[in-house]
Amino acid sequence: MIIAERKPFEEITEMIKGYKNILNVGCGGCTSICLAGGQKEVNQLNAELTKENAELKIDSFVIERQCNYDFFVDLDEKAPKYDAILSMACGAGVQFVAERYTSIPVFPALNTVFCGVDRNVGWFEENCRTCGECVLGDTAGICPVTRCAKGIFNGPCGGTRIDGSCEVDPDTPCAWTDIFNRLTEQGRVDKIIEVKPPRLWQNQVRRVLIQEDYKARYAE
Amino acid sequence: MKSGSNLEKVLTAGHFAFTGEVGPPRGANTESIRTKAAFLKGNVDMANMTDNQTAMVRMSSMAGSLVLLEEGVEPNYQMVCRDRNRIAMQSDILGAYAHGIRNVLCLSGDHQQFGDHPNAKGVFDIDSVQLISVIKKMRDEGTFLGGDTLDGAPEMFIGAAANPFGQPFEWRVHRLAKKVAAGADFVQTQCIFNMERMREWVHQANDMGLTEKVYILAGVTPMKSVGMAKYMKNNVPGMDVPDWIIKRLQGVEKKKAADEGIKIACEQIAEFKETKGVAGVHLMPIEWEHKVPEIAERANMLPRPVV
Repeated sequence: MIIAERKPFEEITEMIKGYKNILNVGCGGCTSICLAGGQKEVNQLNAELTKENAELKIDSFVIERQCNYDFFVDLDEKAPKYDAILSMACGAGVQFVAERYTSIPVFPALNTVFCGVDRNVGWFEENCRTCGECVLGDTAGICPVTRCAKGIFNGPCGGTRIDGSCEVDPDTPCAWTDIFNRLTEQGRVDKIIEVKPPRLWQNQVRRVLIQEDYKARYAE
Repeated sequence: MKSGSNLEKVLTAGHFAFTGEVGPPRGANTESIRTKAAFLKGNVDMANMTDNQTAMVRMSSMAGSLVLLEEGVEPNYQMVCRDRNRIAMQSDILGAYAHGIRNVLCLSGDHQQFGDHPNAKGVFDIDSVQLISVIKKMRDEGTFLGGDTLDGAPEMFIGAAANPFGQPFEWRVHRLAKKVAAGADFVQTQCIFNMERMREWVHQANDMGLTEKVYILAGVTPMKSVGMAKYMKNNVPGMDVPDWIIKRLQGVEKKKAADEGIKIACEQIAEFKETKGVAGVHLMPIEWEHKVPEIAERANMLPRPVV
């Protein structure tokens, strides 16, 4: 899931300064689940904004997902009535909204932070950098790109502490020590004996993916 | 000969190597390098020029290496993966070689969070093991990583670092093996204080046949004081400082602690000279370059072989 957090209040008020009639659009997808951009958070932000500026007219509207135009039907009717849109989706959703209504300024109310998991209620941890070439099969299900501070493929580096924590933070476990220990437990240490060659990074330009079964459909 | 560097000549002739280290200045003034070089000249076989160590911005290690060359000290050009991508690194290797640099040390680099620009974007496009293989490819196959042919291959003596102490200890010798497989010609270790661990690690390297393929230079840092020993034990990641070191420094008068530190370093060097699988010592006297002549003398490392 995409994890996001609300931008500082002052940054939001600065972005929307001068606009008097705003629609704050929440998202029922990831940002709702991570407690950053669902109905509750939209209402809360609007309450804060109107408390700050009594003249501001700001309405709320939550759609199921801002990353799929199938869910935009109702929003299409509402959007043109406003002079600015605030989006509480992830960066992908904000862009999709902005692309849909190019004549209306669209502002992000959230910072999109990472792709991760729920450790507990309201507690999220990054687990994937969407690098496009998953090595988890060889690294015991522990991502060196995400969890190693240097993202190295032939770890651990020389900075691992004596207690097995990362050089950047004694409270952070060294990803490569964890990889080694778990592979040892599984009897699969041979998976990291060979030198991993330099990675062919693919995330340099915008990535587009069409699943195999749909390639014929979009061939033209 | 792979590179013809002085270090390579000393090692291949079977001498016990003795190398030093210099940090570049935090500014454009090269005077401190020249001053430090004067203490090293003739007392070491070559000296490392560190690359923005602890992620503090300093004069570039290539430029610093060239100043060492001017001063008659062979440089070991340190290159970290933190600050450059594969394009810049290959480019710098060519430039360094063209200007007479013959040793290079491939390192991951201290994380940028430690330095004076903690919000810099860490690069780590390739890691230190991969960097070794890239330079080896350039040298031995005459091609870039991307496959294109070089107009003149950089004949570098390729170095790597090793930390025999960090977790997981059982894996450390295998990481050394990966660096050897990638093409490392010599290895300089982290500062060694835990001699027991070091012996065990060298023993493992001998058993795996690694010491026949790579020259291991044992890292030695003389402790200047009890405070320094405690600081290194508690604050420097990857350091393993056993209590006996601190106790020995505490066991002498405060003003004699530095002398005791040098004594310990000399004892370590004496042991390494007799250790099968250790080909030399890399001396890292932290901001204590002026003591190098004395340490070299007391450790019976002089005169340095001329080959």
